[in-house]
Amino acid sequence: MSTKLTVLDHVMVPEHKIMSEEDVSKLLERYNITTEQLPKIYHDDPAVKEIGANADDVIRIIRASHTAGRAEAYRLVVRRPKK
Amino acid sequence: MVLAEKYAKKIDAADLPQKTKDQLKKFLDEKEISDAQFKHILERVLAEYQSTRIEACEAVGIIAAQSIGEPGTQMTMRTFHYAGVAEINVTLGLPRLIEIMDARKEPSTPTMTVYLEPEYANDRDKAREVSWQIEAAPLHEFGDITTDMENMHVVVHLNTKVCDKRKIAPQQIMETAPKKIRDRRHYRDFEHDIDEAKATIIFSPKDRESYQNLFQLAEHVRNVIVQGIDDILRVVVRKETGEYILYTEGSNLKDVFDVVGVDTTRTRTNNISEIASVLGVEAARNAIIHEAVSTLNEQGILVDVRHLMLVADMMCMEGEVKQIGRHGIAGEKESVLSRAAFEVTVNHLLDAAVANEVDELSGVTENVIVGQPIQLGTGDVKLIAVRQQEN
Repeated sequence: MSTKLTVLDHVMVPEHKIMSEEDVSKLLERYNITTEQLPKIYHDDPAVKEIGANADDVIRIIRASHTAGRAEAYRLVVRRPKK
Repeated sequence: MVLAEKYAKKIDAADLPQKTKDQLKKFLDEKEISDAQFKHILERVLAEYQSTRIEACEAVGIIAAQSIGEPGTQMTMRTFHYAGVAEINVTLGLPRLIEIMDARKEPSTPTMTVYLEPEYANDRDKAREVSWQIEAAPLHEFGDITTDMENMHVVVHLNTKVCDKRKIAPQQIMETAPKKIRDRRHYRDFEHDIDEAKATIIFSPKDRESYQNLFQLAEHVRNVIVQGIDDILRVVVRKETGEYILYTEGSNLKDVFDVVGVDTTRTRTNNISEIASVLGVEAARNAIIHEAVSTLNEQGILVDVRHLMLVADMMCMEGEVKQIGRHGIAGEKESVLSRAAFEVTVNHLLDAAVANEVDELSGVTENVIVGQPIQLGTGDVKLIAVRQQEN
């Protein structure tokens, strides 16, 4: 029927971007954490599929924040656990 | 005069949130200031921003819980049904807030707000056409259905005028009706015969011994959905802020996105788990915040968004929407005592004993239970006295 849905165009979906390895190591150093300590996102999440990220990638999410106007968040792509 | 470039650059480079930067720029715009004054202003803004930031290790969870909980007591407790937007019932108040926090698979009153593409949004007739593609319409709306008891038939005579008006070909109805009775209604004990010229379908039960089968079949034939999306029971078209918007009773985001004329960038639903599966966790996080804020505001309760953002962040941490209760966040806490203090105490203590769990007593609840100061605020300060050696 109509054109294929592009998830990232929806107003509720913020910008998702795959981070380069360099950026990831900077991020981890800044907060003194490991990737495991980041919030997660599943590999079959519609937004992850759209940008073509794979498991173990770190995604930078640029949110339109209610308070700060613009906020960055980070999520680690993980495989959805089998039920 | 526009804001001098050098000032704008300095503001952009400052360690401030985007919103504060924009506000500062707007404030300074068209004002005559000297370099010294600008420096002073920026310093004060920076100092003020730093002082409003929350301290690291502050127990924000407990502050959020109290900040949502206390005004929550003022909410109307029994508003299970309420005349909401456009004659569509929507659960509001406390029941709705509980629904959001419990991350139910389906809300008790699912509803969608369907926005239309520009060419459909300004034309009432075109908006109506889209609504027919969405609203579930049973077969009996498209023609006469008669039960022929003598020959054991259910005869459907389609009204071509109605089909034309609803923009659906009679052939399409004749094709989908028997298929849908089999697939969606799981009733298979019948045969059908299509007469395209007369726009008539004749259904007959396989077992012609009893009238019960005939009546059962007639019931299925009457109510089979031949146009629209099965889950969407009703659609109301309303004109708001200069465009036509569809409000629905029932929700199916995936199928509605496939309908021609639907604006796939703005259409939304109040079913959060559906948003999570169609648009992803980040969209679900936004939806939780939006739903919670609008539920509270509708009741005249003002809760700072930061508390709701924290709740939404916690719920969406692990890549899927988790509830607040014992099957979600509260049930995955590190501390045994903290979990036991919440719900199903005995089970948690028993399981912890079997698994040989150890409680580090680092949280607030655990320390209150064992009766020692919590590791926060004044309880966090430790005094070590070094005794002077006697000479």
